[in-house]
Amino acid sequence: MSEPAHRPTTRAALSSGSDRVFQVLILALASVIVLVFVLSVYQLGREAWPALHTFGWHFFTGRTWNPVEGKFGAASMIAGTLVTSLAALVISVPLAVASALFVAEYAPKWLANPVGYLIELLAAVPSVVYGLWALFVIAPVLGRWQTAYFLDPANVPTLTRCNQLWAEGQTSLQCFFVPSGAGGRGLALAVIILTVMILPYTASVARDVIRLVPADQREAMYALGATKWEVISRAILPYARAGILGGVILALGRALGETLAVAMVIGDSQEILKSLWGNASTVASVIANQFGDAQETLHRSSVVALGLSLFALSVIVNFAARLIIARLTPKGLQ
Amino acid sequence: MMRAAAVTSARPAARLSPVRRVKNLLMGALILLATLLVVAPLILIFVYLLREGLGALNLDFFTRTPAPEGEAGGGLLNAIAGSLEMLAMASVIGVLVGVAGGIFLAEYPRHPLMPTVRMLSDVLAGIPAIVMGLVAYSLIVLRFGFSGLAGALALGFLMIPIVVRTTEEVLKLVPLSVREAGLSLGLPQWVVILNIVLPAAAGGIVTGVMLALARVAGEAAPLLFTAFGNSSVNLDPTRPMSALPLEIYRGATSAYDENQRLAKAGALLLITLIFLTSLLARRASRVKR
Amino acid sequence: MTPLLSTSDVNIFYGEKQAVRGVNLEVQRGSVNALIGPSGCGKTTFLRAINRMHDLTPGARVTGQILLDGEDVYGPDVDPVTMRRRVGMVFQKPNPFPTMSVFDNVVSGLKLAGVRDSRRLMDVAERSLRGAALWEEVKDRLRMPATGLSGGQQQRLCIARALAVEPEILLMDEPTSALDPASTARIEDLMTDLKKVTTIIIVTHNMHQAARVSDTTSFFLNGDLVEHGVTDQLFTSPRDGRTEAYVTGRFG
Repeated sequence: MSEPAHRPTTRAALSSGSDRVFQVLILALASVIVLVFVLSVYQLGREAWPALHTFGWHFFTGRTWNPVEGKFGAASMIAGTLVTSLAALVISVPLAVASALFVAEYAPKWLANPVGYLIELLAAVPSVVYGLWALFVIAPVLGRWQTAYFLDPANVPTLTRCNQLWAEGQTSLQCFFVPSGAGGRGLALAVIILTVMILPYTASVARDVIRLVPADQREAMYALGATKWEVISRAILPYARAGILGGVILALGRALGETLAVAMVIGDSQEILKSLWGNASTVASVIANQFGDAQETLHRSSVVALGLSLFALSVIVNFAARLIIARLTPKGLQ
Repeated sequence: MMRAAAVTSARPAARLSPVRRVKNLLMGALILLATLLVVAPLILIFVYLLREGLGALNLDFFTRTPAPEGEAGGGLLNAIAGSLEMLAMASVIGVLVGVAGGIFLAEYPRHPLMPTVRMLSDVLAGIPAIVMGLVAYSLIVLRFGFSGLAGALALGFLMIPIVVRTTEEVLKLVPLSVREAGLSLGLPQWVVILNIVLPAAAGGIVTGVMLALARVAGEAAPLLFTAFGNSSVNLDPTRPMSALPLEIYRGATSAYDENQRLAKAGALLLITLIFLTSLLARRASRVKR
Repeated sequence: MTPLLSTSDVNIFYGEKQAVRGVNLEVQRGSVNALIGPSGCGKTTFLRAINRMHDLTPGARVTGQILLDGEDVYGPDVDPVTMRRRVGMVFQKPNPFPTMSVFDNVVSGLKLAGVRDSRRLMDVAERSLRGAALWEEVKDRLRMPATGLSGGQQQRLCIARALAVEPEILLMDEPTSALDPASTARIEDLMTDLKKVTTIIIVTHNMHQAARVSDTTSFFLNGDLVEHGVTDQLFTSPRDGRTEAYVTGRFG
């Protein structure tokens, strides 16, 4: 009798009146997330426009950052950000993975939980507290070592040669590792503190993915007569590498944007890097150290442009992480 | 005899070769050493702050404002009050938007905007805190000047993605059949979500909010150009406000011993509160499971 | 007497895939009706169409007509929420609301719909729990968490919860599949009593259960309703060869 009506179940059909009101409300609140993103891009873009418009690509490639002359090129701080982040990453990844292996594979349960918890707490320590500790505890240690280096007569020839090079605005591989100041502050200290700060991110992700490695992968390797280390290096780490890489990229994202601890210890110099021990700056540290004092429009705009670059960089890192994880994840692990 | 020899050699050695044995032990030892290196800073920092800061955590610390530069005494009441007030304001934004965002992602997976919201929430989670400070600066401070509200806004923005993620995760742990049971009783979806699903996930959501609070409570970078700081106690959110991490930053970079002492005491207080919050959050989530 | 439920040419699709094909079925008031068939035959899919549960499944689509007491369940003016109030449902696994007490679970349908009168709620709770043969076991722990009950008790609690809103029809989706034999027997006994207050459609993979509890039985195979009839007749002298093959255990 009646035609079999074709009824796709649309949303309009499935919600009653009050449901629609609630959904609109939830959607409105959830849209704040979209709004925050859009507003961030718009506001940063608008404020950064004068600088980007004035300097164009030279804003990123220019080596001079001189508020007095009104010239702003961010090359030195971009280099500072990349060098500190990558160095910290290189040092921290083996340590982080090792600690994850300890927690997941070696430690008995009564020890694994507290150690895992301590590592998580490392991530909870505020940036300023790391900065304070680095400034008051590690800087003096480094400073003593630097002073000892300067006072050692055997180092005088090297120092003379490097001082000459540095004065000409140059450096060499050897001189890059020669101390250039005695206060303990500088790029090296920034790398040390960054290393400590990003350790927990890689470590806790690595621990989680190592725990997810199926038992049969381990057992298969043990059944072949492998030692514990062989099981780890040939079964567990290959299986978990995508996830670990995800943790590494998460840590990289943190390192690139890490601000106050670095700003407190790196020495805030915008000169081109000549020694690992010298004063330097990162994109984030310049924002923290200069934005408050930036009075002229162009200076202020240039600092905001740094912020916009960091914003863009973190978005890129986020997408890179997804891409890599999607590519490398073994089938079956979603 | 030739044959017997061939058979034995094809089989792996019955005993572990010394090289493999030593390598195994060595790597185990290195892993232990690395783990000690990883946790050492945490312990060193805490012990250092206890030694240097505990003495300054006296009654004055909690009841007075900083003494003028170079003078002895004073406390960080201004920072404690500012931190509490800004965190409370930030929580309103973070919890409201974060929980709603989590509900949206978990309960309306078919909505066309869902993938966008999920992606942007993830992206926001990776934005450096100082950049959020710049955003709040250009949104509020450029128009109305430095204020606690601007600082709270930046902190709230930072809380949102953390709360979104945990809320979504715990909501998804509530079985579908519980939702269906509610709907089959003739209850509208929103009643089911608010009165049945949300209470079942409440423990996890509280954990997420506490972790988010612990994370932003220590942020000074986004407050530098928003809340700015204030050497006296200010409860008016439209005016500059201080915060514990801000005072720690100023004190640690100050030349005066007295400011450094307050900074260390402040750091001890802050880190203790953050650790306690994380501990409680962890406990809460464990009880739920 | 007009049937309480009648369906004509009901087709159900998941995306491109058709799970149920042209089902015509009539269910009389005060009867127990079993839907049987091998897994994947569409019996549960059909059951969930009756209270519009598919509205919530992405890509699911229902065509044809389902009339409950003469009213089109999928009619353009029909609110699914209101419709579900008239149709109760009990699920495969007991699913009490995890944060609520025994009492709150039973009256949740009323309470969350705005009924506040505590006298009335208490009456409904007792009547529903008695109806579900659970009252004697839980009357002293109405305020305890529902998750503290045994699996069989939880399932009877879910039945009580469904009864509390006085549904015209009660859908049961393999309600005993997660329970032990003793709990299963209690729920089967219960069904005979429930006929007095409501009408039941039960999906079961257990033919003996269908034979024990139902008045009529419908046999589904590959999305088709192969045969529908009085239970005794369907099991003893099926008209269709496929039904016979199934009920005699030759496949499935």
